[in-house]
Amino acid sequence: MSNSSATAPKMEPDTLISFDGVSKWFDHFQALKDINLSVNQGERVVVCGPSGSGKSTMIRCVNQLENHQQGTIHVCGREVYGNMKQLEQVRREVGMVFQSFNLFPHMSILQNVTLAPIRNSKLSRAEANEIALHYLERVQIADQADKFPSQLSGGQQQRVAIARALAMKPRVMLFDEPTSALDPEMITEVLDVMTELASDGMTMMVVTHEMGFAREVADRVVFMDEGRIEENCTKDEFFTGGRGERAEAFLSKILQH
Amino acid sequence: MTEPPLQTRRRLTTVDYICFGLVGVVIAYAVYRVSDVLVYNWNWSRVFNFVIYYDEETARYVPNLLLEGIATTLRLAFWATIVAATIGLVMGYMRTSKNLAMRMISRCYVELVRNIPPVVFIFIFYFFLSGQLMPLIGIDDIDKNGAFVSSSLFYVMFGDPRLFSNFVAGALCLALFEGAYITEIVRAGIQSITKGQWEAARAVGLSPLNVLRDIIFPQAIRKILPPLAGQFITLIKDSAIVSLISIQELTFLATEVASTTTKVFETWIIVGAMYFVLCYSFATLFGHLEKRAMRTRR
Repeated sequence: MSNSSATAPKMEPDTLISFDGVSKWFDHFQALKDINLSVNQGERVVVCGPSGSGKSTMIRCVNQLENHQQGTIHVCGREVYGNMKQLEQVRREVGMVFQSFNLFPHMSILQNVTLAPIRNSKLSRAEANEIALHYLERVQIADQADKFPSQLSGGQQQRVAIARALAMKPRVMLFDEPTSALDPEMITEVLDVMTELASDGMTMMVVTHEMGFAREVADRVVFMDEGRIEENCTKDEFFTGGRGERAEAFLSKILQH
Repeated sequence: MTEPPLQTRRRLTTVDYICFGLVGVVIAYAVYRVSDVLVYNWNWSRVFNFVIYYDEETARYVPNLLLEGIATTLRLAFWATIVAATIGLVMGYMRTSKNLAMRMISRCYVELVRNIPPVVFIFIFYFFLSGQLMPLIGIDDIDKNGAFVSSSLFYVMFGDPRLFSNFVAGALCLALFEGAYITEIVRAGIQSITKGQWEAARAVGLSPLNVLRDIIFPQAIRKILPPLAGQFITLIKDSAIVSLISIQELTFLATEVASTTTKVFETWIIVGAMYFVLCYSFATLFGHLEKRAMRTRR
């Protein structure tokens, strides 16, 4: 494996994530086929597509929760691959929010958020608490800081998960279907937080079926099908007919109701 | 607000009394046969004297062989549990490791121990390993008159200093044996943690060691405490087997008492009762602790 982190990768200075010819297989099933994509500083990219199209797999390759077998991925100028130390560095630049929240159930809300700053940035507990409370306030849940995850509603848990990711002061935020596990009345509170985050200029990559959110927030929409990127265009192009047949079929299905 | 309907208290029915009666009849018959056919001169006090006896000179009750034996059994169980838990923690983690060599080593350990009869395992360990190992780590050469060794704290923790290397061999042997079972408990505990927890921990950039220390082990240990407590009680019972390599615990001393007094029945019934009281108290204690933990857990 070439160590291309030493040699400056050839990408534009404000490119935070770039996929070059990335492929991935689960056993014999090819989940990603020759993915080429770049996300610039401050850009909001919404990834959509039918289930099984590889959108989650793609976003999870960014911080190597899944590893790819072909091609290269650069995040914040570093190539992501194997090497644990380098991977930890990348993961600290990249915040991730999961479909099923994945809060740590044995820790209080505050501890959930302070864990990474204390362990990774070697902050004192007091400093970490200050940062954590700042972000918990931002997602409007600071008053629940001493509770445990199981005492919170799904929407509240997901907002804590966002605060937990933000506490590492990441340069990019990844969202893997952040509202899919939520009851309808809680979706808005999470999307509101995400919208606010976007308006603060955070670089975001969001896998979601929430087309309303895409319309409002996205700069670009990536449409995937069967492991390929079928469309990669601006929001306006995507929503005003510049899209292909498959995207058309997909959109008509999810916008039916 | 409506009250829930009153539950009628469960009472013993006629059928239950008939069952009790039948059991009683069987026991009475057995007792009758024993006293009638097997002409046997019961003498409980003779054996009781080996539990605790009254010393005329100092006018005090003094614990005798059998009580000392149960103390040794407890010490053995205590140290063996600590060592076995350490082995189990490391091996259990290795069982779930991505590294093939680690998985193979831990798997071999578990399968070896589980598929050899305990008695055979203990003989192999004692005659081949402990004979070489004990002199090597210098346990035989401890200073019997050292300040710590001759202190009463040492006696409480390890028993008679003269039997120290014997005690260590027994404890190690038990620990290696029980460690295999704890390994499997730990493995199950680690595997019960959902994939999402590993992913979330990695995603915030924790190092592999911190992932285990902060996220996986704390959650796994809460889940495995009940089976671990059960394993501790099993270990107390299994400790009887190290009497075969002359570790002076309850069962070993009981064989001696039985042969000196020739009161075989009394000795083993008393020893059985002692084991029962010990194990049952621990089971009750752990049951209470578990219930309390359940109540305070969020």
